[in-house]
Amino acid sequence: MIEQRPTPDRGRPSAALDEARLRQQAIGVRLRQMFDEVVNEKVPDEFLEILRRADERNSEKG
Amino acid sequence: MGVRPETTPAQDEAFKRELVQLIPHLRAFARTLCGDPAAADDLAQDAMMKAWDARQSFQMGTNMKAWTFMILRNQFYSEKRRSWRQSQLDQEAAERTLVAVDDPEAPVALDELRQGLSMLPPEQREALILVGAGGFAYEEAAEICGCAVGTVKSRVSRARRALHAILDEGAYDRDGAAAGDAMRSILADAERLSTVR
Repeated sequence: MIEQRPTPDRGRPSAALDEARLRQQAIGVRLRQMFDEVVNEKVPDEFLEILRRADERNSEKG
Repeated sequence: MGVRPETTPAQDEAFKRELVQLIPHLRAFARTLCGDPAAADDLAQDAMMKAWDARQSFQMGTNMKAWTFMILRNQFYSEKRRSWRQSQLDQEAAERTLVAVDDPEAPVALDELRQGLSMLPPEQREALILVGAGGFAYEEAAEICGCAVGTVKSRVSRARRALHAILDEGAYDRDGAAAGDAMRSILADAERLSTVR
């Protein structure tokens, strides 16, 4: 029981490091979330339409 | 004219399939560069068409995602879309409502992150986004940005530190009792304890 608890004095400095790491992790998670939010959006039909037209132009020429 | 090798219909089809799968990622990257969703989609469409037109010069089997991101990035900077980027971002941020965060281990609101990102120098921002969100290795990000691997590494690490500082400062400015304060008091404690011994 007693062995499992670190003394407060030794615990604090590493807690600060842990806090900084957690904070960086939290930022990383949000950064990916922000990006994935757009990745997961439905692609507007316009994109595929433009590509389809380009492909048609291409096969007409060829 | 010229001696460009023609692609076969089958090759075109394979290229197109892969390109279509990349559209969501191109849109996301464009959004981080442009801010304004409509301008970002214009940029992503331009990049998609540039990639399609240049398909003869792409070697199937190599990293098409990195290749298309490079095209999009070059397109962005060549059109100097950068000049009006800032005002677009500010407007977007102003219109966005705060995202509620109930997880204490993820106390970073999305709109604060966006604003924080907008305050970073562009080359740091794009390095952080490519590596931290786009899933690229440092080597790939270096290729996309046309710089050395070591440069990307130092940009990413500077961006992380700066973003951390900006976000904590923002939290402190807002209500004085948020993460910035907690962090400062923890660091002060650590300092005191390490000198008292």
